[in-house]
Amino acid sequence: MTDTLKPRDERDVVEAVAWAAGEEKTLEVVGRGTKRAIGRAAQTDFTLDASDISGIVLYEPEELVLSVRAGTKLAEVEAALAARRQELAFEPADFGPLLGGEAGAGTVGGMLAANLSGPRRIKAGAARDHALGVKAVSGRGEAFKAGGRVVKNVTGYDLPKLLAGSWGTLAVMTEVTLKVLPAAEDVATVVVRGLADPQAVEAMSAAMGTACEVSGAAHLPKNVAARIPSVAALDSAVTAFRLEGIAPSIAYRREKLEALLRPFGKLDLLPAEDSRAFWHSLRDALPFAGGGEAAVWRISTAPAAGARVGGAIAAATGAQLFYDWAGGLIWVAMPDERPHETAIREALAGGGHATLVRASAAVRASAAVFEPLTPDLAALTRRIKESFDPKGILNPGRMYAGV
Amino acid sequence: MSLVMPELDRAVLDRRAEIAAALRKIVPGEGVIDSVEAMRPYESDGLTAYRTPPMLVALPETTAQVSEVLRYCHAEGIKVVPRGAGTSLSGGALPLADGVLLGLAKFNRILEVDYENRVAVVQPGVTNLGITKAVEAAGFYYAPDPSSQIACTIGGNVAENSGGVHCLKYGMTMNNVLGVELVLMTGEVVRVGGKGFDAGGYDLLSVIVGSEGLLGVVTEVTVRILKKPETARALLVGFPTSEAAGDCVAKIIGAGIIPGGMEMMDRPAIHASEDFAHAGYPLDVEALLIVELDGPAAECNHLLERVSEIARACGATTSRASNSEEERLKFWAGRKAAFPAVGRISPDYYCMDGTIPRAKLPLVLARTRELSEKYKLRVANVFHAGDGNLHPLILYDANQSDELERAEKFGAEILKLCVEVGGVLTGEHGVGVEKRDLMPTMFSEVDLAHQERLKCAFDDKGLLNPGKVFPKLHRCAELGRMHIRAGKLPFPDLPRF
Repeated sequence: MTDTLKPRDERDVVEAVAWAAGEEKTLEVVGRGTKRAIGRAAQTDFTLDASDISGIVLYEPEELVLSVRAGTKLAEVEAALAARRQELAFEPADFGPLLGGEAGAGTVGGMLAANLSGPRRIKAGAARDHALGVKAVSGRGEAFKAGGRVVKNVTGYDLPKLLAGSWGTLAVMTEVTLKVLPAAEDVATVVVRGLADPQAVEAMSAAMGTACEVSGAAHLPKNVAARIPSVAALDSAVTAFRLEGIAPSIAYRREKLEALLRPFGKLDLLPAEDSRAFWHSLRDALPFAGGGEAAVWRISTAPAAGARVGGAIAAATGAQLFYDWAGGLIWVAMPDERPHETAIREALAGGGHATLVRASAAVRASAAVFEPLTPDLAALTRRIKESFDPKGILNPGRMYAGV
Repeated sequence: MSLVMPELDRAVLDRRAEIAAALRKIVPGEGVIDSVEAMRPYESDGLTAYRTPPMLVALPETTAQVSEVLRYCHAEGIKVVPRGAGTSLSGGALPLADGVLLGLAKFNRILEVDYENRVAVVQPGVTNLGITKAVEAAGFYYAPDPSSQIACTIGGNVAENSGGVHCLKYGMTMNNVLGVELVLMTGEVVRVGGKGFDAGGYDLLSVIVGSEGLLGVVTEVTVRILKKPETARALLVGFPTSEAAGDCVAKIIGAGIIPGGMEMMDRPAIHASEDFAHAGYPLDVEALLIVELDGPAAECNHLLERVSEIARACGATTSRASNSEEERLKFWAGRKAAFPAVGRISPDYYCMDGTIPRAKLPLVLARTRELSEKYKLRVANVFHAGDGNLHPLILYDANQSDELERAEKFGAEILKLCVEVGGVLTGEHGVGVEKRDLMPTMFSEVDLAHQERLKCAFDDKGLLNPGKVFPKLHRCAELGRMHIRAGKLPFPDLPRF
């Protein structure tokens, strides 16, 4: 049972990290700990809990900018944005339910550290693309800032974006500045029924190559679609295309999209409320929630290669899977706790990377949770880690051994 | 004008002939240039106030050659300055007198266009517009469109994280690059990312893009290509004051509308443009707004109506919507010709680049006018209103004794003001040498040290483009030292769990 340090503000974080660096004590960095079960399992001396560092510092809707303390609940931020009809366009995923916990519990810092991006990533970019500025404390126990509060900023290195997806291994964020955007007025989802995975990827590729501004392209084989209430009644594989915007625009684009997709199979339409529920389920990989500690992988690949990669994994392991990002993101749920790492890596021999998002602690203690790096990139990664955290005290080994 | 650059390495300069011979073994024949005359075109980039003949110029054609050149220079302690087309406006490609200028212009091939994955894999010397041209027959384009796109290279775009008129809606280079092949100063060739959406591991692309030639030499780039929007229409609106124009911009964004592009010009810029390009701009307005809406036709027309209404409500005195592609291009012709137009009315001009919160524009413009009187130099303003990126053009005559100096002081005051009002020193042109010494107005020494240590992780000898971006050069060993605090347990009064 480790001791927990709970800083009240940036100064406390500096004190805590500087002390830990001096004493060579390792720190597990958490917001509210909703994602502590993701990553290689490692022992640390103390837990640094940043959840008290909370509150919206600045929100200027007309400037499309929000600055918020890193320990703020993401749900709080999303509510504040919704009240002004704005949103985080990258649609941050909530892995609470997938990992057996509550929904809506994560922090903004955790969101950025994990670069959680949802289905709209294909159009709006990832969490990192919306990170404008950061205040953080490095593993050296030094507070620093980088970036700013404006989008067009090439003044120095973009450290806010580097911290995105770094899983707390480089610095403890205390304040984050994000780009926010208007939320779409309306939404609808065009569905094609009964496609096999390869045809589905073809359809998604065709749709993404049009000017219809598709903001979500996903495919669920029948057995996975059956677990999503908004499409279960369709009783078939579901290939879905989201259209967002103003009603006349959606109507116009829907017509064009349906003309393109009709040759592929039977069409259906999910109206606004069902659409929102559907994409929410995909965003949070809800079909695989409630699976206990059965291994779940999140795989990134070139979209057109999705079906080949998915097919190879399913054949080798009996896994269930579904596709997002027009085939470029594959969620894989193994039949039980065994991760079948070899099959995953083999399927990705041609490119792409896989992250073991859910697994028991025992599995995470031995599996390579993050895609192994080539020797050159591994060396560069270690040097970058050392430059921010020379004593290796922040989430050591969370991503890779020795980092 | 004195610009302090890193101390010259006399030992390297003394071995110039030997170094040239060694480089010729790697890049044969015309791949190495050592005559003063032939090196002249490489003395300067777009920041023409500064010229430095490099020690040597090397023009490799393959990644293997780039790797060997860097490996050799690393072993011999020779500095290297990479260069694309040399259009940088901040001196990013300004040579070092004791360094090798590494030109990537021969890397001019498009390697692959993959419409299924909607990416193009290209060499760094391909021009920005060249990428669009390669895919336009299929109805695609590469979105980031800096004004120099006819000449600037994608490698340079990666180095500067270039923007352009349409980056408000479509993002900057950073948001449109999926992968690079990068050669480190040691000669190691690393591949980051590819055709997938995320590269995995640390987000190296986020620091490689915008690294201004300090972290590595880019030898291949994978970019996203998009289907061209179905329609684009532009609205040309004149306002009696810049406050009214700025207010209109805020209200458009506040209404939930993100135009494809939104540009503003002030009276001097409008007049210079009209004299040159004859695009039909109104001459009796203080500020001109060009708003472009793109997308499906139905959406375009609907949004154009809404924007017109908003402009009317903000006191617009003139308003014209484009009704044909020809007309839309004409609206833009004036704005795109703004810089050369200004070049007609002044022997020289100094193009500034800073970003401010949009709402601060009237304040910054008013202060700029005051500074114009203080320094007795004319100024014309072009503004990427959509994202707050400001381009004041300070007019001067280099032949008049101290005008360059006054122009630089004027510019520095504008940039400090940008930072003061919550903005940044540079929105798209980069820090280079031009804004290097102003970095301390935005970043403390500790802030800069964290960035410099990142640089050390890529280039521990500091041989790649030293003297750019960071005001003070530190040795990596010096930066790495940690000061350990005495070991008291932090905040002992707080409860433990």
